[in-house]
Amino acid sequence: MFTNAGTSSFTTFLSRVAPEMLPGRRPLPPGMAADLAPHATTIVAISAAGGVVMAGDRRATMGNLIAQRDIEKVHPADAYSLVGIAGTAGIGIELMRLFQVELEHYEKIEGAMLSLDGKANRLASMIRGNLGAAMQGLAVVPLFAGFDLAAADPAKAGRIFSFDVTGGPYEETGYDAIGSGSLFAKSALKKRFRAGLSVDDATRLAVEALYDAADDDTATGGPDLTRRIYPVVMTATAEGTRRLTDAETAAIAEGVVSGRMENPGG
Amino acid sequence: MAMQFYASPEQIMRDRSELARKGIARGRSAVVLSYSGGVIFVAENLSSALHKVSEIYDRIGFAAVGRYNEFENLRRAGVRMADLNGLSYDRRDVTGRALANAFAQTLGAIFTEQSKPFEVEICVAEVGATPDDDELYRLTYDGSVNDEPGRMAMGGQAEAITGVLKSQHRPDMSLAEAAKVAVQALSTVGGEGGAARTIAANQLEVAVLDRHRVGRTFRRITGAALTALLDGDVAAAEQPAEAGGPGAPTVPTGEAHKPTTSAGSADLEDKPADGGER
Repeated sequence: MFTNAGTSSFTTFLSRVAPEMLPGRRPLPPGMAADLAPHATTIVAISAAGGVVMAGDRRATMGNLIAQRDIEKVHPADAYSLVGIAGTAGIGIELMRLFQVELEHYEKIEGAMLSLDGKANRLASMIRGNLGAAMQGLAVVPLFAGFDLAAADPAKAGRIFSFDVTGGPYEETGYDAIGSGSLFAKSALKKRFRAGLSVDDATRLAVEALYDAADDDTATGGPDLTRRIYPVVMTATAEGTRRLTDAETAAIAEGVVSGRMENPGG
Repeated sequence: MAMQFYASPEQIMRDRSELARKGIARGRSAVVLSYSGGVIFVAENLSSALHKVSEIYDRIGFAAVGRYNEFENLRRAGVRMADLNGLSYDRRDVTGRALANAFAQTLGAIFTEQSKPFEVEICVAEVGATPDDDELYRLTYDGSVNDEPGRMAMGGQAEAITGVLKSQHRPDMSLAEAAKVAVQALSTVGGEGGAARTIAANQLEVAVLDRHRVGRTFRRITGAALTALLDGDVAAAEQPAEAGGPGAPTVPTGEAHKPTTSAGSADLEDKPADGGER
């Protein structure tokens, strides 16, 4: 089964040899399952000069309960791109792992990376495969962002793609947010975002936007200073992806919180 | 029913072995060595696009000699198996030994069952925490596996090359020393009247599994970094990581000018030079 000349796509290979490993291929009993599993919440992405920043809060909720305080929802998809997930946490994490393998697999088989648009389209088709589960309340919506190595202008190489549950990929200009607190995060970004931000300014702006989301949405967690749980912030630039260290995110989050002490509205 | 001539199993196996050996001996050779900082693969390869050396998984590399389509088929199978196991279990559960076993099964089955054996010899290498922990497996056309002690050569005149490696190679070598020994060993064979050849950098394919990296450790050494390495320029050679992220991936060139939609064609002649489709 491994030796067929076959395909460069890992999900296509899986659909042939182990379809039960694809999230969308499992039979689901009828009925709504929305309250069955934890939900991951808000992710924001901001394109900056020379890269892109993605940040996510750390809360997963189940109805009125906090299911997890320190879930990690922003991950590197490969060396130059990032993926964040909102929606049903279990399926989201599985899709994200599958997507990481998909990109790495293509790169190893073909000896070259997929283009950034190619990666976004691949992710779209994986989301589309989950449509049946989404209609029963187990929806997953990712946010995808990356540094486009083929971009003509390096300043505009940071690109963001959002998706709907049917898999439609949409390229976003400037910034985007997904998840339950996205309404508030996007409203904050609408007023604060300026084209050509530096990557450092964009990281601060991302944490500010998450603070605004947590301020008005119970399912989004703000910086937890007592337990030292801070948002996950990642960047993708020409040097590749990087996760800000705990010390760096702590400094940014503490800066944001102390700013809000004086002016709660930011 | 057509009458078949009788051929003894010994005769059939001998013929197949001879065919495979001849096919392998025609090709250029490859060398795999342990050194202090990892495992280095050096293959003579005139093509820069059709690889003899490649990445299988985080700490596992693959090198092959012989017929390209045959070992490429095995390589793809290896990548698929590694990725499937890594996704089902954990990345740490993908091992060179399991892959070597799978390749051995495949090659053994092809050798006995098909009318023509694969004319390939392959190496599966896994980099460990120290040179003693490195695992180098040599697999031959009939599916036999050998665990090699930190160095191996395969392809035409492999014995002569192995002889040079045996006398020159030490597991505590630096990258530049190991590369030099590998190239020196490769150049001892195939010269006029038994004399050593000179092999230019553009005829070599070099890659390492970097012991001190986490995650994907495979990276190719190409272009200026390779020339510097072979010239013994240690400073330039020890930090060729500038070649990009893990595995030094590349994007297809000229991609910026390719349209991303298939909405027919347009005449670009009168458009400004920088006018993309966006």
